[in-house]
Amino acid sequence: MVLVFAEATNGKFKKAAHEVVTYGAKTAAALGSDCVALTLGNVEDAGDLGRFGATKVYNVSAPELAGFDSGVFTAAIAGAAQQLGAKVIVLSHNSTGKNLTGRLAARLDAGSAPGVKAVPVVDGGKFTVRKAVFSGKAFADVEILTDTKVVSLVGNSIPVEESGSAVGVESLTVELPAPKVKVLSTKRAEGTTPLPEAELVVSGGRGLKGPENWGVINDLADALGATTACSRPVADSDWRPHHEHVGQTGVAIHPNLYIAAGISGAIQHLAGVNSSKTIVVINKDPEAPFFKAADYGVVGDLFEVLPRLTEAVKKFKSA
Amino acid sequence: MKMLVCVSKTPETTTKIQLTADKTDLDKGGVQYIMNPYDEWYALVRALELKEAGGGSVTILNVGPADNDSVIRKGLAIGADDAIRVNSEGGGSLYIAKQIAAQAEGYDIVFFGKETIDYNGSEVGAMVAELLGVAYVGEASHLEMNGNVATITRDIEGGVEVVEVSTPLAISAAKGMAEQRIPNMRGIMMAKRKPLNVVEPVDAPSTTEVASYELPPAKSAVKLIDPENMDELVRLLHEEAKVI
Ligand SMILES: Cc1cc2nc3c(=O)[nH]c(=O)nc-3n(C[C@H](O)[C@H](O)[C@H](O)COP(=O)(O)OP(=O)(O)OC[C@H]3O[C@@H](n4cnc5c(N)ncnc54)[C@H](O)[C@@H]3O)c2cc1C
Ligand SMILES: Cc1cc2nc3c(=O)[nH]c(=O)nc-3n(C[C@H](O)[C@H](O)[C@H](O)COP(=O)(O)OP(=O)(O)OC[C@H]3O[C@@H](n4cnc5c(N)ncnc54)[C@H](O)[C@@H]3O)c2cc1C
Repeated sequence: MVLVFAEATNGKFKKAAHEVVTYGAKTAAALGSDCVALTLGNVEDAGDLGRFGATKVYNVSAPELAGFDSGVFTAAIAGAAQQLGAKVIVLSHNSTGKNLTGRLAARLDAGSAPGVKAVPVVDGGKFTVRKAVFSGKAFADVEILTDTKVVSLVGNSIPVEESGSAVGVESLTVELPAPKVKVLSTKRAEGTTPLPEAELVVSGGRGLKGPENWGVINDLADALGATTACSRPVADSDWRPHHEHVGQTGVAIHPNLYIAAGISGAIQHLAGVNSSKTIVVINKDPEAPFFKAADYGVVGDLFEVLPRLTEAVKKFKSA
Repeated sequence: MKMLVCVSKTPETTTKIQLTADKTDLDKGGVQYIMNPYDEWYALVRALELKEAGGGSVTILNVGPADNDSVIRKGLAIGADDAIRVNSEGGGSLYIAKQIAAQAEGYDIVFFGKETIDYNGSEVGAMVAELLGVAYVGEASHLEMNGNVATITRDIEGGVEVVEVSTPLAISAAKGMAEQRIPNMRGIMMAKRKPLNVVEPVDAPSTTEVASYELPPAKSAVKLIDPENMDELVRLLHEEAKVI
């Protein structure tokens, strides 16, 4: 059995939850087994996960799960997996998942593949799954050798698919330890999609010359409904907040579209953005290395090109 | 406070990744190595700052072969007091975590980087925390200590969460926790005399094996668009790339 941990934020599922359930259902199909989903705490309409291929949804609710403590969540997921006899556990490779995958693997003495990008290949008892390594500069096909396996899925790497309809939700009781972590506050930016989950990203570099010029980036992002990002020197100079810094030592992103303006395309920048499906580069220097990694390039002054592109997007959207 | 900083050795960030002919390993010819940036810039420096403010000790731990000693010495030059190397060729993340856990009893804080820049696992710190039965806070961008109580800010999607935890604890460091320190001549000289204890690994099986590596397919040549004609770019993004 494949057990998928479907995370809810303030009681609601985000796209990442639908992606992991889709992934779990496909993994179960490859193994000739079933996929069930696990939710923790109060979740609205948990049975809806059946639409993405879960044959049943389980829920563990307890006061210990009110704030995020990786130890308590691990006990809940591992306990559910053991009660249900699940052999494969699937999570999202997001901030929650990164706090849990390793703990679960250690607790269950299981092999793990963190940050996978594709459904496992099951062949003659071998379970092999592809993950990005060297910050996207290569892939590794990782064979998990243990009976119990833990994998975490990178966001936006497989399309969400509907293959069923809503299913029943059953409560499970799992013994939980007392939390060691006390949550004091949780803050999330309202409105915009966070970078690691974004499908469309508009990014600016040192070519913007200063923080006062970011209007051209924001206008294009608003027209597209995109999230904004920046290169490292831009964040280091405090032109933009640190959480916008993408690259090898910043956020690794995997959007469908990455538009980079005034960014030269240093190898450390590329490492965090080269999983983008389509890359557009706007740079006044035709020799900028970023053009080698781009699908579409515009050689020109970004202060002229970006407003023109914003107008073209608005025209397209209103057509 | 007794602090342990786990450091990994990784290829330098500008390394062009090439594979061996049978694709089962990185072609290591000509590759320059560094201390994993998250371990060096953030985890180690924050541990040193806490020691400077409140006393205690900072020990570096690496699981790896003898040629990792140069990376360990760099950590000593930046200011750690001593180091342990578990003499091993490695064997996957859970193997490494078991080696670290066998050395990590008795520390108030065990520091990790948020991920290695080679295998990008983001899992060793959480594994060690589970093996030790202590709290773990991953991707932390701030850490303040007040006695034995830590206030930690951790990065979450599109925001931050602030938590409070008592020692002992394990933490993985992300950007924001500290600023990189460059070792000075005195530090480099002193590092040569600091203790680096080599210990043998405990028995632990490999739980994963990389069957093969693959390089991403080469990008086809960039399609250049007339900067005057952004309608054309929008058309291509819609009709050809199908991303808007
Ligand atoms: C260990 C290490 C880790 C690193 N990690 C990262 C990382 O995670 N992310 C990251 O981004 N960097 C990282 N870097 C830094 C990286 O090496 C580059 O220095 C950085 O990416 C350059 O930023 P940039 O492209 O914005 O600036 P620049 O390299 O200065 O490029 C500016 C570009 O703007 C163009 N330009 C200027 N004016 C205009 C205009 N009017 N119109 C159009 N184009 C214009 C120029 O032609 C130029 O190509 C790292 C470096 C090291 C050593
Ligand atoms: C192709 C390839 C070649 C490699 N070659 C070498 C090599 O030549 N020499 C070598 O020493 N390692 C080598 N490694 C091992 C690698 O550097 C990592 O240590 C190991 O793969 C664990 O990675 P991870 O991404 O799961 O760690 P993560 O979970 O991402 O690491 C999180 C943190 O755990 C700590 N940590 C991770 N690994 C260690 C360690 N070994 N010792 C102490 N603390 C650690 C660090 O604080 C790190 O920031 C290689 C890995 C690969 C994939």
